[in-house]
This record gives sequence, C-alpha cells and structure tokens, in this order.
Amino acid sequence: MNRLTSAERVRAAGPCLTCVAVSVLLLAAIVASFWYLAIDLRALFSAESSRTMGKFIGEFFPPDTSSAFLSKTAWAALQTLAVSALGTLLAVIAGGLLALPASGRFGGVARQGARFLLNWLRSVPELVWAALMVLAAGLGPFAGALALALHTTGVLGRLFAEALENAPHDAERAVEQAGAGTVAAFAYGSLPLVLPQCVAYSLYRWEMNIRMAAVLGFVGAGGLGQMLYYHLSIFQQAQAATVLLAMFVLVFCVDAFSSYFRRGLAPAYA
Amino acid sequence: MAAPVALSLTDVGLVHPNGQRALAGVSLEVAAGERLAIIGPSGAGKTTLLRVAGTALRPSEGRVQVLQANPWQLGARALRRLRARVGVVHQAPPIPPQLRVVTAILAGRLGSWSLWRAIGSLIYPSDIAGAHEALARLDLADRLFDRCDRLSGGQLQRVGIARVLYQRPELMLADEPVSALDPTLADAAVGQLIAQSEAVSATLVASLHAVDLALKWFPRIVGMRAGHVVFDAPAADVTREMLVELYAAEGKVLPTQANDPSAVPVVARRGAGDGVLPFSRPGCR
Amino acid sequence: MSAVALAGTPPRRDPHARRRATATLIALVVLWPMLVLADFRPWALFEAGNLKVMGGFVGGFIPPSTSNEFLGLLLKATIETLAMATAGIALSFVIATPLALAMTGALSVSRIGPGPGRWRGELLRHAARGVLTLLRAVPEIVWALLFVRALGLGPAAGVLALAITYGGMLGKVYAEILESTDTRPARALLEAGSSRLAALFYGLVPGAAQELASYTVYRWECAVRASVVMGFVGAGGLGQLMDQSMKMLNGGEAGSILLVFLLLVLLADALSAALRRLLT
Repeated sequence: MNRLTSAERVRAAGPCLTCVAVSVLLLAAIVASFWYLAIDLRALFSAESSRTMGKFIGEFFPPDTSSAFLSKTAWAALQTLAVSALGTLLAVIAGGLLALPASGRFGGVARQGARFLLNWLRSVPELVWAALMVLAAGLGPFAGALALALHTTGVLGRLFAEALENAPHDAERAVEQAGAGTVAAFAYGSLPLVLPQCVAYSLYRWEMNIRMAAVLGFVGAGGLGQMLYYHLSIFQQAQAATVLLAMFVLVFCVDAFSSYFRRGLAPAYA
Repeated sequence: MAAPVALSLTDVGLVHPNGQRALAGVSLEVAAGERLAIIGPSGAGKTTLLRVAGTALRPSEGRVQVLQANPWQLGARALRRLRARVGVVHQAPPIPPQLRVVTAILAGRLGSWSLWRAIGSLIYPSDIAGAHEALARLDLADRLFDRCDRLSGGQLQRVGIARVLYQRPELMLADEPVSALDPTLADAAVGQLIAQSEAVSATLVASLHAVDLALKWFPRIVGMRAGHVVFDAPAADVTREMLVELYAAEGKVLPTQANDPSAVPVVARRGAGDGVLPFSRPGCR
Repeated sequence: MSAVALAGTPPRRDPHARRRATATLIALVVLWPMLVLADFRPWALFEAGNLKVMGGFVGGFIPPSTSNEFLGLLLKATIETLAMATAGIALSFVIATPLALAMTGALSVSRIGPGPGRWRGELLRHAARGVLTLLRAVPEIVWALLFVRALGLGPAAGVLALAITYGGMLGKVYAEILESTDTRPARALLEAGSSRLAALFYGLVPGAAQELASYTVYRWECAVRASVVMGFVGAGGLGQLMDQSMKMLNGGEAGSILLVFLLLVLLADALSAALRRLLT
C-alpha cells in the first residue's frame, strides 16, 4: 500500500529538520557577531555621525592637481606597475621550476613536497607577505615585488603543475622514442602543449597583481599604496583623493588594455 | 655471407595489463636492408608488433633484438642511442599542435643533437634546408613554416613521414603511415619510404591496411590475425585465397587504399611505377 | 619524383624570426627600467642589517609565544575576525539583495511582452548594474583604510568595508544566478499577473536557492581572509594583532598568529565545504 504513515506525512509536509536547525544556527551566529563586535548600527547611521562622515568626505574635494604632485603620483603609479611586473615575472620563473616536481616528474615524494610548499605560499595573503618582506628587504617597492612573487608562485606553480599533468604525454614519448634526452623530449613534446595556457594565466595574474601592488604600499611597499597611506595618516585628504583617482585610472586602463590585448594575442601563441 | 639481422623477434608474446592478449608466439627475422609489409584485419596486433620492435613496449614473453642489441638489457644512454637509429612513423603523429612543421621535422634528429642545439632550434630552426628537403619529397614544401594545427590529417601524416626521412635511421618502422591519404598521395608516400630504404640500405617494416599498396611495393608480406603470424611469404607467392582467409572476419571485400575491391591483383609485381592498379576514384582529402 | 625539382630553392631564413627578435628586443628594453623602478636589489636580502632583523624575527618563531595572556589575546582576536566576517557578509547580503532583484532580468515584467514601463525597467536595470560595479571598483582594504580614518580603529571599519565591496560582488552574482536558472516558473507566474516578490519566492528561489547559498558561503570564506588582511590597516582582529607584533619585531607572537591564521583558513575552508555539501 502506498499510504504514508502520519509521522511520514508530518515530516514530508514541513521543511527538513537539518535545514531548519542550520538556518537557526546561522541567524544566531549573525546576531552574535553583531553583538560581540558591539557595533552600534544606530549610532553609526545617526545624524551626528553622518555629519562627521560628510565632513570627512568633503575634505577630499577638490583633489590636489598641482603639477608637482601629479608627477609624483604618476611616478608612483609607474612604480606600482613595475612592482607588479617584477613580482609576476619572478613568480613565473619560480612557479615554473616548482611545477616540474609538483607534476610528479621526479616521483611521489617530491610531488607532495612541492605541492605542500606551493599551497603554503598561496595561503598567506600578499599583504602579510609584504609585511614580512619589509623586514627582510627593507621598506620600499622591492619588498612589494617579493611579496607578490612569493604568493603568485604558489598560485602559478599549482596551475602550471596541473596543466603539465593533464597534458597528453604521447608527444613527449614519441620524441623520446626517437632517441631524444629527457630535457629535449620535454621541450619538444610537453612544453608546447602547456605554453599557451600558462602564458594566458600568467598575464591574467599580472592583471590581478597590479591591483594588489597598489594596495601593498599600505605596509610600506612603495607605489601608490604607500602614498595613500602616508597622506591619510597626516590628514592630507586632498592629496589622498588624487592618489585614489590615480588608482582608479590605473585599474581602468589595465582592464581596457588587457581585453584588447587578449583578443589580439589569442590565436597566435607560436 | 648473410646480411646482418636488423630486427629479430623470437616467440614474442604480449599481454596487456587488462588481461587482453595482443601477441602470441610471433617470430620474425628481418635482414638489414630488407623491406617488409605487415597486413591483417583490425585488431590483429600489427601496431603492437611495431611498438615492440620500436622498443616502446616490452614483450611479456620471448626475446627481441633490435639492430643486434637487446633493448631491455641496455642502460639508459645506450638505449637512447639505439632508439636514435630506429625511426617510427605513427599512424596519427603525436605532434603538439602549436609546433611549426619545421620544428616537428627537425625533432627527428634530437637523438644525435646536443641539448644546446636542440633548445636553440626551438628558437631558430637549425637546419631549414634539411627539413625543407625532407618535406619536399612528400610534396608539402610550401607548408614548412605553418603551425601543425593548420594542417589536415593527411598532411600531418606526411609530416610524420618527413620527420623519419629526416632522421635517416637504419631501421624504419611505419604503422599505417598513409591511412589518411588519398590513393595517389599514399602511393607516392610509400614510394618515398621505399626510395629512402633503397638509398641508404635501411630496413623498412611497414604495416598497411591497404593490401594493394602492400603487394605493389613490398617484396615480402607478413599476414597477421588475432596476434598470430598467419603467413610470411614473398609477395609473388601471396594468393587471393590466403588474403581472403586472412580478412575473413572483415567480410569478402579486401581493403584497398581507394576502397576499390577490383584493385587488388592476385600476383603482385615488384618495383615502383608499374601503374597497374586502377585507382579509379580521386581522393577526398 | 619531380616534387623536389618543383619545390624550388629551399628558404634560407625563418620568416617568423624577425618578428620574434623584435618582440624580444622590446621586452629587454622595457626590462631595465622596470627593474630600476621596482628597486630590484636581491643582495638587500643578504645585507647584514636586514639579515639580522629577519633572522632574529624568524628565529623568534620557535618557540611560538604561548603565554596565557597572549593566548587570551589571540583567542579574542580570532573571534573578532570571525565575527567581522560574518557581520560583514550579513550586511552585504542586505545591500546585495535589493540591487540584485532590481538588476536581474528574470523578474522583468516588461521583458515578457509589450507594455508600459519598458524603458523604465531597462533604465533601472542598468542603474542597478552600475551601482553594483561601482561598489566593487575599490578594493575592500582601501575602504577599510578610509573608514579607519573616519571612524577610528576597530572592526567597525572592516565590517563596513566588507559590506560595500562584497555587497557589490554578491549582488552581481545573485543576479546572474537568478538569470541562469530555469526562469520559466517565474515567467509563468508573472504572466499570470502575480507580484514580483511572489514570482521570486515561488518561481526562482526554489531552483536557485542551492547555488545562491553555496556562493554566499564561499564568499564568507573569502571574507575571513579579507578580515585578517584588513586588520593590518587597523580594522581589528588577527590582522591588527599581527601588525602590532611585527612592528615590535616579536617573532614569537607573529609566528603564533601566523599559525592560527593558517589553521583558521583551513577551518573556514572545511566549514564552507561541509555547508556546501549539505546544500547539494
């Protein structure tokens, strides 16, 4: 007989018990968070704080557009660009080197070790790396480049390793069968297969890194970030506004350039 | 004085890891400079046999001797040197699509080049004239600097043949090298392999699906079915009955390059350019 | 074989060589200024002063600081970070939802057929999309820095920063999810004249709920990481604690905090994976 028992009917009619329990827990967590942080939302959006906020925002306008400051900002923007480029370049080299053991070419132990290292490099956020690198290499853009390099090595290394593992091996084996050595077989067999994908993703990562490099300056790694932090700390809002605008313009240009570039580059990875 | 033995398989058997038997009790001896065609229905083990001969697969039973060396007892470096003297033409050349034709052909001599020359050739091809000459023999010289993914299947097969011609090995193993070519081109390509073999006295062992091509060009025919060698005879002694029996599982029609059953002569004549076979339909590639 | 004769003289040069050489030359020319601008000095890593500082700092990692007082601070900071992330996501959900509903074409009555308000509908959708893009344009850490200057140190700045940027991200993705699921039930309801909210709850949400919830949980995981990073500019939590320890070159404390951070990230990852599995 296909009739449900009354207990089954009750259960079928309402939402599942786990769903309800989880939803209740989530709501409780959210309420608890607000309570713990003691953020008085009402005070935050009250008339008085809105006025202070308004005054604060007002000090940003008009932004400082004196030519001396503009050239300083432009220089900082170029520095940010250079930091991101150097960091990504170093990461491509290091990631490529680590990808070889991480793809299993030197055995299982090396693979685990390399993957562990890459994961660890990836997990630490760039800003934390930057703070550490400021200690290791001193204040300035080089620390930022190193930080980006370390974090991006983890990201790119893992991606390169996966590309290498997923590439079909027949081309490499065929060249080996013609008597080539291991390195030559790799260069003629597997490398051409993974190169387009790796180049594309490296360029994409560079784009992300430009955004990141602008921000790393907050801990002393040079570029637009350091300028913004400095001017905000001494309450020079007008100058800070210029730097913020410069960040906007930089990101916008990078977006536009990259979509144009990627369309042109797509068919021709030789 | 007997010619040295280029390839010798004694009682070779091979069982795949999944339990399937590919070869059983195969014995074959090929003298240096000899030309031999292997024919048989699909699944006969032709590819497996050639892979064993090319030291790509290790046999489960029996002994293999390639160019008078046992490949599975050699050290890594000696094995590499041995492999450089053996050229394999694959049915579907495993060439990375982004590679240019010139680089794909030059890869044939990687066995004898130093690592620096090999890497340098990736940036600037180190022997353009040589690659061009090999490609010209297959009538594809105008595509020397194209990317391999711009080529059709048949053109890619010809590049694979050009690579082996450029390699100038002592032993050439060709696994269905012209399966994607129309009859005229296929005939020409097999002719080039034969010519190479004659010019440098290289041994040539080719597996062919088209019986007419095999009978036309090769003085010795080996028939295989279900992993066994069914017959091993001079082309002149191959009768229609033997062929029909060999391909019995595939039906009454014998496979030819042009799919024209009347194209298979009962008795083949040796040598190039006889022009007897009536390739009526033009190729579709 | 006449093919060889017909092929003519072999080419002497690689036709692509010139283009490649030019590209390489350009790259090299750009390389030098880049290295100068970015102050490339790998030897700085081995300078005696830096080495001493770094060595002392890293040496202090072991043993990690485990005094009771510090562990108490650590626990407080961890909870603060988690609370910041949760509150931030909650607020961003509040911001994202109306914008997503305004932006999604799945609830558009005007799209179904001719009628009044077609232009208005399009305009509203574009406006909503513009607002969401603007919200996403500035990285959350910049907002955090600004809010810290405006409101003072503490997690409030981080929560607001998350609310803004993640509101933009959630809104965009919610709208896309709503449009990519099967919109026929909702359309049927709208065609029958139901209100948009009814069409949403009865038509779209049942099909899209899993994906919506899954993405929200994934964003929460990202928010945990972002909360730590924002702490470096004064928004409280583990980040602020670590910034203070590093400024005092206290390797022991920094090491403990780093460890806790890595564990927290793993925990958040596991929790989010479990929740998402629960949903599917």
